[in-house]
Amino acid sequence: MALIAFYILSTVVVLSALFVVAARNPVHSVLWLILTFFTSAGLLVLIGAEFLAMLLVVVYVGAVAVLFLFVVMMLDIDFVALKQGFQNYLVVGLLVALALLAEIGIVAAAATFGGGATFQPSPGAATNAEALSKVLYTDYLLLFQMSGVVLLVAMMGAIVLTLRSRPSVKRQSIAEQVGRKRKDAVELKDVRPGQGI
Amino acid sequence: MNFLADITTALPETILLVFGLVGLLLGAIGGDRISGLLRVLAAAALAAAAVTAFVQFGRGESVPAFASAVAPDGLYKATLFTLFAKGVTYVLAAFALFMSGGALKSSQMERYEYPLLITFGSFGAGMMLSANDLMTLYVGIETLSLSSYVLAAFRRDSLKSAEAGLKYFVLGALASGLLLYGSALVYGFSGGTSYAAIAAAPSSVGLVFGLVFLICGLSFKASAAPFHIWTPDVYEGAPAPVVAFFSTAPKIAAVGVLAHVMFNAFGTHTASWKMIIAIISALSMLVGAFGALMQNSIKRILAYSSISNVGFALIAIASGVEKGAAAVLVYMTLYVIATLGMFGGVLALRRAGKPIDQVSDLNGLVKSKPGMALGLLILIFSVAGIPPAAGFWGKLQVFTAGIEDGMLWLVLVGALASVVSLGYYLRLVWAMFVKPAKEPLDKTDISVAATVAITTILVFPVLTITIQILLDAAARAAGG
Repeated sequence: MALIAFYILSTVVVLSALFVVAARNPVHSVLWLILTFFTSAGLLVLIGAEFLAMLLVVVYVGAVAVLFLFVVMMLDIDFVALKQGFQNYLVVGLLVALALLAEIGIVAAAATFGGGATFQPSPGAATNAEALSKVLYTDYLLLFQMSGVVLLVAMMGAIVLTLRSRPSVKRQSIAEQVGRKRKDAVELKDVRPGQGI
Repeated sequence: MNFLADITTALPETILLVFGLVGLLLGAIGGDRISGLLRVLAAAALAAAAVTAFVQFGRGESVPAFASAVAPDGLYKATLFTLFAKGVTYVLAAFALFMSGGALKSSQMERYEYPLLITFGSFGAGMMLSANDLMTLYVGIETLSLSSYVLAAFRRDSLKSAEAGLKYFVLGALASGLLLYGSALVYGFSGGTSYAAIAAAPSSVGLVFGLVFLICGLSFKASAAPFHIWTPDVYEGAPAPVVAFFSTAPKIAAVGVLAHVMFNAFGTHTASWKMIIAIISALSMLVGAFGALMQNSIKRILAYSSISNVGFALIAIASGVEKGAAAVLVYMTLYVIATLGMFGGVLALRRAGKPIDQVSDLNGLVKSKPGMALGLLILIFSVAGIPPAAGFWGKLQVFTAGIEDGMLWLVLVGALASVVSLGYYLRLVWAMFVKPAKEPLDKTDISVAATVAITTILVFPVLTITIQILLDAAARAAGG
C-alpha cells in the first residue's frame, strides 16, 4: 500500500516539477510548484517525518509560493521578451542538463549509501517534533544561533537597500495633531464691509 | 558541551558577534550620525578579534568546540591553520574599514550599517574558516555572502552598484545551491557531515560527485575560473571601499576555506580532487592574465588580477597538505597585504569628487602625488611577484610546492601567466610614471595614505627581509 502511494506521489512530484519549467504561463508555473511541494510533503509523511511535512506545507506553500505568486502577478514583466533567445541557448542548456542527468544516473547506479541509510523519524522520542527540537536547541545550538545571525543580516540588508527618507512624502504626526490648539488653527478676523481679508 | 569553554575557544567570533549586535542597537538609537564612531569601533573590534586569534595561535591551541552526542567532533574547531587565516582576515577587514571613511563621505554612503555589515561578514568568514562540519561551513558562508551582496549594492542610487549587487546575488545563490547539493551528496555517501566523518568514509562515486559540486561552490566564492564570471562586473559596479574589502578579507578566507576543506575533510581522498584543483588553478591563472589585457577600466583589471592570483594560490592547494598548506598561507597573506594597499590606493583616487575609472586617469600620477605613485609601484611589483618586493617570496613558495609535487606543467602555466600579466601591471606603471599628467587629483585622505604607506613598507623592505618569520609561522600553522 505504502509502495503504491510512494510511486504515485513520486510520479506526480517529477511530472509537476517538469511542468514548473515547461509551463508557458508563469502563474501556472507557480501553481505547479505548489503541487510539487504538496506531493513532496506527502512523501515525507510516508517515511514518518510528519513534522517536516507540515513544515514544508506551511513554509513553502504558505509563504514562499504565495510570495512567488504575488511577485509574478505584480511585477510588470514581459514574459514574451524574456523567453526570446530560448532557441539560442537551447543546445548549451540541453548539454548541461544531459551532463547533470548522466551524473545523477552514475551516482544512483553506484549507490552504496554510507551509514546504512537507516532513517529514524523519532529517535528516542515520542514525536519527531520533540526529537528535532531536542537536538536543535541543545546539540546544534551554535547552528541555530548562527542561522539567527543570517536572518538578522538579511533583514539589515533589506532595510539598507530599501528604506529611504523622502522629505516630499507627508506623514501623519499624531503628537502634532493632538497637541494642536484652537488658536493655531482658527483666527477671528473683523472683516469690514466691502473689503476682503 | 561546556558552554563557557566553547565560547572561549570561539572568542574571536564572539567578540565580533557581540560588537555587531551592540553596534546595531547603537545605530538604531543614534542613526547615521554615529556612523563614523561605529566605523572606528568596528575596526577596533576586528583588531581585537585578530589579536585574540593570534594569541590563540601563539598558544598553539587546536581544540574542537560545540561538541555533543550527535556531533562528537565538534561543530567548530580552532586549528592553527584556521587561526592564522582568521587573524589575517580580521586585520585586513579592520584596515579596509579604517581607510574607507573619506570615500564613504564623498559618495553619500555614510550609513551606520556599513561597518556593521563588514563586521557580520567577517564573523561569517571566521565561522566558515573554523567550521568542522559542513553545516557550520554553509551557515558561515551564507553570513559572509549575504553581507557581501548588500555591500555590493550599497550605493543604492547608482545603477551600476545595484546591477553588481543583483548579479552577485543571483550567481551567489546558484553557487550556494551547488554547494548544498554537493554537501547533501557527501552526507549521503559518507554518512556524516563532520570533516572527520567524511575523511573516514571510504571513497565512492557519490562522494566524488559531491566533492565536485562542493569545489564548484567554493571556487565561486574564491572567484576562481571557470566560476569567475561575476568578479569583473561586481568589482566594476560595487563602491570602491567595498571592492577594497572584497579583494582582501573574504578572498583569503575563501581560499583558506577551500584549502581547509580539501586538506581536512577530503585529506584521505586527495587523488579525487588533486587534478580538479590543478585545472581550476591553470584556468584561473590564464583567464586572469589574458582577460585583463583588453580592459581599460582599472577596477576590471584589478578584478582579473585577483582571479589570476587565486589561481596561483590554488597551485599550492593542488600540491597537497604537506607541501602546499604553508605555501597557501604565505602566498595569500603577502598577496592580500599588497592588494589592500594597491586596490585601496588606486580606488581612493578621486578627481573632482568622482572616483577615477580608466587607466588613463592615472596618467602623470608621479608628478602630482610622487609618494603615492612610488607606493603603488612597489605594491604592484609585489602583486606581480617581482623581486625585491615580498610578493616574490609568495610566488617562490607556491612554485616550489608545485615542483616538489611533480606538477611542472602547472608551474610552467603559472610562469607563462606571470609574464603575460606583467603586460597590464606595467601598463599601470607606464601610465603613472611616463604619460603626461591630466587635471589634478583630489587630496588623498590621511587614512588611505597611511594604509598605502604601511602596506608599502611591509611589502618592501620589512617582509622582504623578515620573510623567515612569516615562513616559520605558516609552517607552524600547516603543522597544526
